[in-house]
Amino acid sequence: MKVIKIDKKEWTSGIEQVKNAYRVFGPIKEENKEFSAFKELGKGVTPDLSATDTRLSPKGIIFPQSEAMFEFTTDSTSDDCNLMNVPEKDYSPRAIVGIRPYDAAAFTLVKKNFDTPEYRDNYWVDAYDACTFIGLAVSSPSILDFSTSTKSGPFDETGLDVLLCDLDDHFLAKVISEKGETFLKAAGFTNIADEKDVQKIDILKKEAEDKIQSRVFFDKIQSYSILDIYEANFWEDISFACINCGTCTYVCPTCWCFDIQDEMQGKTGQRFKNWDSCMFPLFTLHTTGHNPRGTKLQRVRQRFMHKLKYFLDKYNDGIMCVGCGRCIRFCPVNIDIRRVCDTMNSFEPAK
Amino acid sequence: MTGYIAKIKKISKQILDEGTVDMVIGFRKGTLALMNEPCFAKTSKAVDDFVWDGNCGINLANYLTSRKEKIGIIAKGCDSRNIITHIIENKIDRDQLFIIGVPCKGMLDRHLLSAKFPDEILNVSESEDAVIIKGADYEETLPRKEVLQENCSVCIHRNPVIYDELAADLVEEQADLDRFEAVRKIEALNAEDKWQYFEDLLATCIRCYACRNACPLCYCPTCFVDESKPQWVGKGQDTTDIRTFHFLRAFHDAGRCTDCGACVRACPMGIDVRMFTKKLEKDCFESFGWEAGLSLDARPPLDTFNPDDPNDFIL
Ligand code: SF4
Ligand code: SF4
Ligand code: SF4
Ligand code: SF4
Repeated sequence: MKVIKIDKKEWTSGIEQVKNAYRVFGPIKEENKEFSAFKELGKGVTPDLSATDTRLSPKGIIFPQSEAMFEFTTDSTSDDCNLMNVPEKDYSPRAIVGIRPYDAAAFTLVKKNFDTPEYRDNYWVDAYDACTFIGLAVSSPSILDFSTSTKSGPFDETGLDVLLCDLDDHFLAKVISEKGETFLKAAGFTNIADEKDVQKIDILKKEAEDKIQSRVFFDKIQSYSILDIYEANFWEDISFACINCGTCTYVCPTCWCFDIQDEMQGKTGQRFKNWDSCMFPLFTLHTTGHNPRGTKLQRVRQRFMHKLKYFLDKYNDGIMCVGCGRCIRFCPVNIDIRRVCDTMNSFEPAK
Repeated sequence: MTGYIAKIKKISKQILDEGTVDMVIGFRKGTLALMNEPCFAKTSKAVDDFVWDGNCGINLANYLTSRKEKIGIIAKGCDSRNIITHIIENKIDRDQLFIIGVPCKGMLDRHLLSAKFPDEILNVSESEDAVIIKGADYEETLPRKEVLQENCSVCIHRNPVIYDELAADLVEEQADLDRFEAVRKIEALNAEDKWQYFEDLLATCIRCYACRNACPLCYCPTCFVDESKPQWVGKGQDTTDIRTFHFLRAFHDAGRCTDCGACVRACPMGIDVRMFTKKLEKDCFESFGWEAGLSLDARPPLDTFNPDDPNDFIL
């Protein structure tokens, strides 16, 4: 394992240099707002690594909220009339600097869905493959962070190419993949850290993990039959407060649902893929007018069953949640996935 | 105001035990500071979970829409006005309701407080005039009136307008305030600055629709933004579509909005969407002397016609 030591004095110039080879994304403070968001960094802009959690996860860098899939024209004089053409896309190397380990782990969960032997979502996979993930270890996890209960954690390396650990006047950069190594070289960060430094990472990791107070358990959920838990009597209580906004799903790094829409002006148009949410009634509305998930209870149940039961059953590889805590913080009515998970896990099926 | 809870519980238990209602809608303690969760109790045991404090800013009238049961509901001033609006608009029957009125002293502004204290707020306690904010390594006492939601600081209907029983003595209403100061500031801008103001206001909108869904007025079975046959509004992040949503929603709430602030409270991006509805509230007040939800007997200005209606706003 290779660890590079980056003096913070060299950080800004390194990031500037790497922009020659990559489109660089990172957290920066939103104008006139108190919070940060992942944005593409122009010349002279360095990622704000002191920023706390971004409200939206960086999922939009790979999976934009609204993305043109095709362009078309209905102009009969055009050779392309009624043909769907993929617009020009920029899949040149890009890097997300300062992504939290759980957000990077989330991409690997989403990949299970968008990159399968039968289907490949080219837009998502091409963007993902073009991306280098430079993670920033979380040294002070928020009170809502329960990432150690999922397949992630504050220093987790899943889905990362480099893990940066902040040590006041320098970073230790753990090289996880070749992609990561290439990125560091392009930034001119080549100073190999000594053994003593490297050991610090494990100490910091342990410290950060110990700080996490929030835990969820889902060890029993897999043993219940889907129908039993689907029909459990707790869903009315869980769903009552929900206003079916899509906040929880929009802020979630693992939520992947989208809707396809055509938009036209005159004879030309674009086919878009837009984020969608299982919380919206329209999500499952059939053209017949029938809606199989017509009530709030059904929609709330779907969200939690998908994350905490169907996904678990289907892949046998943990829940569809990395424990970032965003949905808890931003739900306007405080529906807390940890509480729901506990309720589901401690469910007692009727005999 | 935190002292109300004993009485709220007592009334709730009584109306459940006596069979006056099938359920009572209230709040239970949230899992985060500054947050409580709307909930229902169908048994007097479940009432034990109820709480009441300055974090009950979600408008509970929103949970009444088209329900069939007999319902007990805890209502602050604004909730009670939205209950009246609901009754007038046939979304619930007066006879179905037992309203537990809560004289309100304003709700805490969770956006303002979380911005003010970037280090996680772990605990908030309240007294009559002060709020004590505690984090892992800080504690600060702030005057209550400085940390209220903006709609609460300009509220002149703190006492419930309609109720079956009160949870406490009525409070003194605020007087001598300029309720529309913020609107006037925007009105005074020139066209260009005004446009910029709204651009900036909506810049971070993600169209999650939490503002709409938290609003008791937004009960249409299919909202115009969700309509697909025909589709009126694009569903992406085009700024025209985002604006269309906000402008039209605000107009749909004209003469109905009670300035409860639930929309602003709900917005995950902290956008002050009230700035749209507040302007319409002002117009309704100035043109028709109308304030929403004050009486069961008056029809709202937008569903009545009077030959004397002012029409100088027609261009
Ligand atoms: S479900 Fe909630 S806690 Fe889990 S990854 Fe999504 S936003 Fe984070
Ligand atoms: S954020 Fe909360 S209220 Fe909104 S849909 Fe999700 S669970 Fe429901
Ligand atoms: S709640 Fe906020 S972000 Fe969501 S649609 Fe309304 S204004 Fe936009
Ligand atoms: S628009 Fe906002 S302030 Fe007005 S009634 Fe609806 S939620 Fe309340």
